[in-house]
Amino acid sequence: MVSSSVAQSSLPPPLKESGQREVFCGLTSIVWLHRRMPDAFFLVVGSRTCAHLIQSAAGVMIFAEPRFGTAILGERDLAGLADANEELDRLVAQLLERRPEIRTLFLVGSCPSEVIKLDLAKASERLNQQHAGRVTVINYTGSGIETTFTQGEDSALQALVPLMPKGDQPQLLIAGTLADAVEDRLVGLFHKLGIERVASLPPRRSTELPAVGPGTQLLLAQPYLSGTARALVDRGAHLIEAPYPFGVEGSRDWMAAAATACGVDPAQIDAVLDPLVERGRRALAPHREVLEGKRLFLLPDSQLEPALARFLAQECGMELVEVGTPYLDRQLMAQELARLPEGTQLSEGQHVDNQLQRVRQERPDLVVCGMGLANPLEAEGMATKWSIELVFSPIHGIDQAGDLAELFARPLRRRGALQFS
Amino acid sequence: MELTLWTYEGPPHVGAMRIAASMEGVHYVLHAPQGDTYADLLFTMIERRDRRPPVTYTTFQARDLGGDTAELVKRSIADAVERFQPEALLVGESCTAELIQDQPGALAAGMDLGGIPMVNLELPAYSKKENWGAAETFYQLVRNLLKPQLPAPGAPKLDPTRWRAENRRPRVNLLGPSLLGFRCRDDVRELTQLLAGYGIDVAVVAPLGARPADLLRIPMADANLNLYPEVSGTVCSWLERQFGLPAVKTVPIGIGATVDFLRELHGVLGLELPAELQAERQSRLPWYSRSVDSTYLTGKRVFVFADGTHAIAAARIASRELGFEVVGLGTYSREMAREVRALAAELGLEALITDDYLAVEAAMAEAAPELVLGTQMERHSAKRLGIPCAVISSPLHVQDVPARYAPQMGWEGANVIFDSWVHPLMMGLEEHLIGMFRHDFEFVDGHRSHLGDGAPAAPVLEEPAPVAVAVAGGSLSWSADGEAELAKIPFFVRGKVRKNTEAYARDQGLAVIDSEALYEAKAHYSR
Ligand code: SF4
Ligand code: SF4
Repeated sequence: MVSSSVAQSSLPPPLKESGQREVFCGLTSIVWLHRRMPDAFFLVVGSRTCAHLIQSAAGVMIFAEPRFGTAILGERDLAGLADANEELDRLVAQLLERRPEIRTLFLVGSCPSEVIKLDLAKASERLNQQHAGRVTVINYTGSGIETTFTQGEDSALQALVPLMPKGDQPQLLIAGTLADAVEDRLVGLFHKLGIERVASLPPRRSTELPAVGPGTQLLLAQPYLSGTARALVDRGAHLIEAPYPFGVEGSRDWMAAAATACGVDPAQIDAVLDPLVERGRRALAPHREVLEGKRLFLLPDSQLEPALARFLAQECGMELVEVGTPYLDRQLMAQELARLPEGTQLSEGQHVDNQLQRVRQERPDLVVCGMGLANPLEAEGMATKWSIELVFSPIHGIDQAGDLAELFARPLRRRGALQFS
Repeated sequence: MELTLWTYEGPPHVGAMRIAASMEGVHYVLHAPQGDTYADLLFTMIERRDRRPPVTYTTFQARDLGGDTAELVKRSIADAVERFQPEALLVGESCTAELIQDQPGALAAGMDLGGIPMVNLELPAYSKKENWGAAETFYQLVRNLLKPQLPAPGAPKLDPTRWRAENRRPRVNLLGPSLLGFRCRDDVRELTQLLAGYGIDVAVVAPLGARPADLLRIPMADANLNLYPEVSGTVCSWLERQFGLPAVKTVPIGIGATVDFLRELHGVLGLELPAELQAERQSRLPWYSRSVDSTYLTGKRVFVFADGTHAIAAARIASRELGFEVVGLGTYSREMAREVRALAAELGLEALITDDYLAVEAAMAEAAPELVLGTQMERHSAKRLGIPCAVISSPLHVQDVPARYAPQMGWEGANVIFDSWVHPLMMGLEEHLIGMFRHDFEFVDGHRSHLGDGAPAAPVLEEPAPVAVAVAGGSLSWSADGEAELAKIPFFVRGKVRKNTEAYARDQGLAVIDSEALYEAKAHYSR
């Protein structure tokens, strides 16, 4: 779908690792997806482990009745699939009665539901009939045997694509969940550039899915949407080749690529973006002072890693020791890989013990890692930044570049500030 | 199938992890998919542990399922044994692996592990939960290690008063303290001191801080203290049955319970208990509770919901030692339902035995208490209902693992309990004041107390009307889109951003603050 015109010869082959992975499964993305679409409910069909994972990843129990839950399989459900399906129908009916505001119900598959071959596609067909006109039932998998962490969003959005209406009108379609405020800002800027129709996937209301067709220019706001991009291209969308909107330069190139694809005049692009770039660099400067020359190790987690590494190297002057990613989609990452400093060592997959061994040998100044590893590494004397914060925080766009850099500078500044003797 | 939104307990293998992570020299190989590694953060984040839990996950994927997942299990076991050199190995599976039936324990049994003890954990993930998993794991581990020491059938049981004949001080084991339990670390220290005061030594503390070799010394003690029955109940009754090692069952939380505990313990050991325990001199709780300032505590309505151990202790303290009225009592520990029901009946209540937090919240609302004693789940329910709350039991949040010494057991535990239960009530008083002043102009929406009426009732505050708002005392005003942008900033920093932006706008000689100006200012102050 994308002709990868960019040369990547300056990068050594990535380390391919296999062993224990220390990453969340795709269910985790429910934590941000449900906030994006307040009229949707995410029902995991799984085990107590799945329920516990979401609860632990969400961190705190903020909502009395969250818009997500788990249908926990019991021994009876395992005994016979007929029973399991009946139980699921009963439970969904109960849920919909209690939560009449729900317009879209996502049935989310888990490892247990997949291993027992509980067919959630069939189940959603059936439930769609039972509750026709009242709610749309969609299924996708967030299971740990199929998806890691952010791939859950890819799988959810991919499930939405067939429901998008067909439309030929020219438009810019931004795919990937953004914080609402960031989205407003970016859409505002695209309007300023002269792009009239800008739509988002996922939309804020699950029932207002954007149209897609040959007039659609597809712009990915998140790098982990391989399946969604493919599905949208199959529906006629044209995928814009761009880096991702992290940092001043990345975001500028991202916007400029979209504007160019939508036929905006280059002079207009410069006129709108140059002042932002200049301001963004100013916002970045104090953090660059902290980060410059510091050595960075990214453990695989969200697939944002190569893009973040590019930003931290190119714009903040950090030295990259190793850039891990759970999965490397060379096509979608082409523009990022091309911008990485020569010789950057990537690693794909994970063998956590071996990787931690390398971390200890290299003693980087900052390690980006999951929450299970952060305190242990801090205790070994290394500063860390939890990667999960990066998928929860508004970090996209030129105006957020300073905030994004600050997230990485803070642990280092904090270390500098603490003194106990 | 059962709909669950939030749960009190994790799956049983998380209970097993609590045992492994509490101990030294134990490693747990868990056949599980990658997502299950989330459980590590319970230890590294909530408990702020400085090392990863000693768990190797096989993290099998869908593409492994067609092939040989058993091979993956064996490789993981061999690697873990070589890398971590454990003194004992636990092998088990999580919910998904249970379905594919690789039987990791049996696989391990067929491997040469260099002679280290291996415990095959079969924890039914679809019918049991975390505490059960912890109790079962602890029991299986102890049983496995003590097998060679089992007395022959018919052999005389250990005599708990033999310390006299052996001419030494009596000694007891402290069983049950574990990570993610409530204040276990501090309870161990408090009890050790308390026992020392009566000339009683501590033999083994387990699982917290114990090595497998320490467990081998369990039968050398004269008695066991069954401190957290949810975790240590199974092993204590097995030790009693097999070794004749008696278990002291009273959990010493609260003044009365501590006194009862000392009585029971002295009775078991054949020790003379000083006639006058002078509980009032040991702990401040009795005097603080009698002092006039505490009269306002009289008849305060409290609602108690916790694990079995802490629910029972709390109900007793609340009703007898603080003069509260217990208006609700319940537990999510089905294993201890009987005891909780009995106590509730004594208090003229019907116990609530459930793991549905919405049912608990409904019961709480119905009981209209003035104070809630619960888990971190009840803290949130109470917050929504505007009721002060103190956390008294797992499940925990990071703030329930305090830096300071804060035991629950023994005399100091009673002091801690007095302070931490009465404190939210004082705050409760404060809440009334806050309520009185809430319409004052300084009172922005961010000015919410952590307690009581903190719940953001409406999910989002109304966006301000899109009109230009003049800034007092100047020619500066906010445009509609400027205000709208400002409204998107989280309330707790919004005030600061507004001030900074206005200062910046004045500096720049701007008349109107629009969203652009806001971002200019943001960049300017970025640091
Ligand atoms: S509001 Fe308080 S109790 Fe609730 S999550 Fe935050 S710190 Fe924990
Ligand atoms: S990895 Fe599988 S079993 Fe574990 S929480 Fe995720 S979906 Fe559930």
